Amino acid sequence: MKIPLAYNLRNLWTRRLTTLLTVGGIALVVFVFAAVLMLAHGVKATLVSTGSDNNVIILRKSAQSELVSAVSRESASLIETFPEIAADNTGKPIASANMVTIINLRKKKTNDMGNVTVRGVSPQILAVHPEVTMKTGRMLQFGSNEIVIGNAIADEFDGTAIGQKIQIGTSVWTIVGLFDAGKTGFASEIWGDTEQLMLAFNRPVYSSLTVKLKNPNDFEALKTKLAAEQRLQELEPKREKQYFEEQSEFMATFIRALGLVITIIFSFGAMIGAMITMYAAVSNRTVEIGTLRALGFRRRSVLAAFLVESLMLSFFGGVLGIIIASLLQFVTFSTTNFGSFSELAFGFSLTPDIVVGTLLFSLAMGFVGGFLPAFRAARLNIINALRAS
Amino acid sequence: MADAIVQVHSVSKSYHRDSIEIPVLQNITLDVPEGEFLALMGPSGSGKTTLLNLIAGIDRPNSGSINVAGTNIVQLNESALARWRSRNVGFVFQFYNLMPVLTAFENVELPLLLTHLSKKERKEHVETALNVVGLADRIHHYPKQLSGGQEQRVAIARAVVTDPTIIVADEPTGDLDKKSADEILLLMERLNSEFKKTIVMVTHDPRAAERAHTTQHLEKGELIQ
Repeated sequence: MKIPLAYNLRNLWTRRLTTLLTVGGIALVVFVFAAVLMLAHGVKATLVSTGSDNNVIILRKSAQSELVSAVSRESASLIETFPEIAADNTGKPIASANMVTIINLRKKKTNDMGNVTVRGVSPQILAVHPEVTMKTGRMLQFGSNEIVIGNAIADEFDGTAIGQKIQIGTSVWTIVGLFDAGKTGFASEIWGDTEQLMLAFNRPVYSSLTVKLKNPNDFEALKTKLAAEQRLQELEPKREKQYFEEQSEFMATFIRALGLVITIIFSFGAMIGAMITMYAAVSNRTVEIGTLRALGFRRRSVLAAFLVESLMLSFFGGVLGIIIASLLQFVTFSTTNFGSFSELAFGFSLTPDIVVGTLLFSLAMGFVGGFLPAFRAARLNIINALRAS
Repeated sequence: MADAIVQVHSVSKSYHRDSIEIPVLQNITLDVPEGEFLALMGPSGSGKTTLLNLIAGIDRPNSGSINVAGTNIVQLNESALARWRSRNVGFVFQFYNLMPVLTAFENVELPLLLTHLSKKERKEHVETALNVVGLADRIHHYPKQLSGGQEQRVAIARAVVTDPTIIVADEPTGDLDKKSADEILLLMERLNSEFKKTIVMVTHDPRAAERAHTTQHLEKGELIQ
């Protein structure tokens, strides 16, 4: 049988200052580790939730984003006639032809210029994205130079109040409303009438076409049809969710890779901290170790006891780090998304996977840091250990 | 001696310090009959503690054999020896060697964790042992809440709780005042007479040795009679 856990727990409590400092060091590293994963996940969650299961986005083949895509008016009109596409009560297909571009606006906090996505949308846009609702003001009047702005833009940028005017392309536009797109990517966009924006930029083609399917399972049918249609050979449909997930991939991967490199370097510090603490514990308790061995506890029991003690330290550090990191969920963050080159507001998001991954990471630190001291404790010679007093 | 429970035969032991060999015990032969209360006396460095450690199976001789209750412990490997100790030896140390973070009860329970006893059975054994040493009312006290004499009594309870073949005591009264020392010696006498425990005790206190049945003297690593 094992040396009781109470022995380890009470020893940690007895030297609580050292315990607290070691736990604090581990907690800091765990906090950074969790924060990075939460940030990467936040970017992904924001962009993925921008997409809807029912929606399909049609882009030029091999276009990585809407910015570099082109869909002709003829193609868009043709696709809108496909029977797979849902229709409203009046029989109009639920689709939005989008024109996407980027403008500069001044940030409130830093006074720097930031990139903002401007999306030209069709009158059906709120049917395509029913999750978007008007918060204040009203929806734009199609056929006019009116725009509505996303909730994250209003928080982030100057001159974005209702009634204010913004220069976009060759025209001046009036803000008439503020829409609430929750925590999706749309919250960081400005919407105007596609036709008017195309005029202002003198563009002959749309960037993309978003259509709502009658049934999410119709995607394959739509794809087959598009591939078979001679006039639509240059286009490719993607599920909207998949499209936005791809948009997040580069950014999320970059954050994760950079963050992991930094936390791995930090973790060496925490592991050395745990190691010093455990070496001190072993040397302070040499006589106890000798006594336990004399009583008949085996080397492996002593090894396990000290390893468990180190794992306890790192577990407490892990839990503390996760608790602190979980507070980050209340923070919203805005930075340039590499996928769209424009500002994207997103939050830190904590998932059960991140909690489990982070705890395993902290336990790994405890194991690595505690192994050598525990091994030393187990290797002690009984006679020498008993004499250490 | 046929009924000897401890048979030490031609045992020698030396230590290496740097490259110098320091002989500690030379060709020791000693039999301890069952139920004996033996005191090992001798000046510092005479090898008495080393002999005790060898009998208790926490040290190994360079040559010779040590039989305890029919087992030649010299031949046991490390983990078999640990197992053997847990069943056959009760330790009493000069400085009690209790775990400071464990209560009297938990300290006495420690060696029982190496047995297959249930929690309930362990509790009964611990309470009995603490009753024998007269500390039933201190069961949940931590060592620092006890006096030196009480700590040593907890240590004795820990030594007897598994009902071992032999009890080895290394200067059990060395850290105690006269009154506490007398109480501890009285307790050890009682363990020997009442509970028929075989005790091997190292001491250089003549008053302690008086309580033993037999006294063996060691000098410069050899037994002298």
